[in-house]
Amino acid sequence: MESKEEEATQESGVVWEVKNLTKLFPIKAGFLFSLLGKEKHVHAVEDVTFNIHEKEILGIVGESGCGKTTCGRLLVRLETPTRGEMYFRGQEIGTLKGKQLKVFRRNVQMVFQDPYESLNPRFNVFSTIAEPLYVHGVGETIEEREELVAQALEYAELKPPEEFIYRFPHELSGGQRQRVAIARTLVLRPQFIVADEPVSMLDVSIRAGIMNLMRDLRTTYDIPFMFISHDVSVTRYMSERIAVMYLGGIVELADTEDIIKNPMHPYTEALLSAVPVPDPAAKHGRVKIRGDLPSPIDPPPGCTFHPRCLYKKEICSQKEPELREIEKGHLVHCHFAGELSIVKPDDEYVTEKLCKVCGASVKAGMPMVECKCGEVYHEECAASLEACAVCSKRL
Amino acid sequence: MAMLEIKDLKVHFEILKGKVKAVDGVSFNLDRGETMGLVGESGCGKTTTAFAITRLLPYNGHVVGGEILFDNMVLARADMATEMIELLELSKWLPKIETLVQNKENALKAFEAKGLDESPGESEILLSQEADFLKDIKEILSYKEKMEPEELKEVLQESAKGEVTGFFADRRKRKIEREIEEKMAAIRWSQISMIFQSAMNAFNPVYRVGDQIAEALHTHQNLSKDEAKQRVAELFDLVGLRAERIKGYPHEFSGGMRQRAMIAMALALNPKLIIADEPTTALDVIMQDRILAEIRDLQKEMHMAMMIITHDISVVAEVSEKIAIMYGGKLFEYGDIVSIFENSANPYTIGLTGAFPSIKGERKTLRSIPGSPPDLSNPPSGCVFHPRCRFAQDICKEKEPPTIEVTKDHHSYCHFAEEVFAGKLKV
Repeated sequence: MESKEEEATQESGVVWEVKNLTKLFPIKAGFLFSLLGKEKHVHAVEDVTFNIHEKEILGIVGESGCGKTTCGRLLVRLETPTRGEMYFRGQEIGTLKGKQLKVFRRNVQMVFQDPYESLNPRFNVFSTIAEPLYVHGVGETIEEREELVAQALEYAELKPPEEFIYRFPHELSGGQRQRVAIARTLVLRPQFIVADEPVSMLDVSIRAGIMNLMRDLRTTYDIPFMFISHDVSVTRYMSERIAVMYLGGIVELADTEDIIKNPMHPYTEALLSAVPVPDPAAKHGRVKIRGDLPSPIDPPPGCTFHPRCLYKKEICSQKEPELREIEKGHLVHCHFAGELSIVKPDDEYVTEKLCKVCGASVKAGMPMVECKCGEVYHEECAASLEACAVCSKRL
Repeated sequence: MAMLEIKDLKVHFEILKGKVKAVDGVSFNLDRGETMGLVGESGCGKTTTAFAITRLLPYNGHVVGGEILFDNMVLARADMATEMIELLELSKWLPKIETLVQNKENALKAFEAKGLDESPGESEILLSQEADFLKDIKEILSYKEKMEPEELKEVLQESAKGEVTGFFADRRKRKIEREIEEKMAAIRWSQISMIFQSAMNAFNPVYRVGDQIAEALHTHQNLSKDEAKQRVAELFDLVGLRAERIKGYPHEFSGGMRQRAMIAMALALNPKLIIADEPTTALDVIMQDRILAEIRDLQKEMHMAMMIITHDISVVAEVSEKIAIMYGGKLFEYGDIVSIFENSANPYTIGLTGAFPSIKGERKTLRSIPGSPPDLSNPPSGCVFHPRCRFAQDICKEKEPPTIEVTKDHHSYCHFAEEVFAGKLKV
């Protein structure tokens, strides 16, 4: 299967090269509005650019609705991109059709979030895992397929395979189901796997086992992964690099430890400050963000994060920032990247002043107004007030 | 005396195959203004404990042992005969029966000394319903030297079964239940309220959210329509929802907003105790952090007690002072959160904390707990955790461990609690 051209890109170590990938979902308007107005779209993924290297796990984190799942589905071509290019080992994937697409799909697989729903309750483990073999015509005889399925089960650490091969999903625990789902992806020996929140439905004690299994698979079989999760601490454990997504775009992309130890985008700061830590001594301050996620149908102009950003300045609502490389391999989508004093998870917790209007924290570097009585307000919040809410003097 | 006291609670579910021991001997206290986290994997009995407190158990769930006291009032208890039948099935039943009789007698005496007005609820019910039965059992026990143990067991069993299934038994039982239920109806939501697991589905989709909250106010406080409306507006302001939303329907709310509305509803009558069952599980991290901060602030402001039920120990670490870790229906470790996190005395807790990734400090290798949670209709012998325990030894398979207090306010259910606490057992 591997042509000379593919081998050439393999040497350079890039598995996926994604450029300006965009996926818009059209919204069905009523008949009248479809005549009057122009068609509206949900901007699920917009102008996303990244690479995935050989033997690497790339983590994608973000709130729900930020486009991380759509991004994963695009890479396995469950969705067709609206715009942009995506190269898998040098081959353009976005425009593949028919037979070629089928060949491509054999090489990439996906693990879904909920093992209670992603397995057919009427299929036993053998039929579930053997189905891809039938689809792609692998294995001549039943015995041969059985052999392959048993092997896949062993890779997924369901041992001994004979004990599991003829069970039905209801006879398996949550962790075992997810292992079956992983075995199903492994049976075709894929070259790339997308794991979409594979542990978020599992119990804590089982979660670590599945995560370790995926890390081991990566080291043993050199399969690159894309690991999608809303949980930053899980993603940190799993991946070498992390891309933080917000409203369809990547806002920060860097090595995992760089993101955790030295976040540069205000949204990453907010996300990290919200992650609970299993240590009662480490009480952190208030989350550094305001408001809710805006609608992806009409994303805000300029920087998409500006309505929620506490560091916002005038330029943010007018001009969209570029994804700039601030340090080596550390890309940030912010006008003021590197200039802001961002709080890091390992910082000691210092008492911060809270804005009396919106309740979020106010610290040095944010545009703020200070009253003589000592109360502080965000500049924007203060604009809506005439006088200080505490001492009722004019600001 | 603590506000909420749970003593040796046992809740069993009757199913076709037999019995599921969902909660099996859980005791803890909760005082005013305290926050406790109840942590465990799915199916460990944490929600069942909460439902026993609020008397929301499904029809096949019964309290078969122990009692729940809230402000000295009985919320749930097993009647003596049922408790005896349970105890007689154990191997060393005689001393257990004797302590049970002793406890009941003490309660009765305390009641007789104080009189009906200031008596705890327990003896009130005891006097009206069980005094005769207690006398019978005492009489039987007085012959224990003259009888063979097997014979004694049989007599006791027969007598207890007679009490449960006898001619007046049903009537008596129903009367007790009705008495408790009447009291419970008065305090449910006004003193104990609950934030349910999926706030997504906890609201009725065909009523406006504001009206659903006002309904609780009407029922318990006899407020007029306008007064109720005003109170709802206050509550919405408290949890950070805009006043226009009062007229909204649940489907118009986002997940985080619905959760806030649920919290507003739980706070409506200034309860003394709030039970939050997985309050943030369905939410994003940012929304979760906000809701937790809000709960924490409101609780401090109003000096309520709070019980947070979750599987996420990091959420508990963030908000509570006390923690109770459940596994297989048993309380494995209970006490002060700092002591438990820094120096755990239980292998299950160590396994749980070792399986949790963190964004603080260096990246450590996670260690999963092998195997899966036990089937509670047929639990393992001895310690329920022994098939998955790293430290398990022969005694763990044979004997149920005791609950040991390793330091002040730190209890652990393990044969080797002292050794684990001292850090002597390491694998």
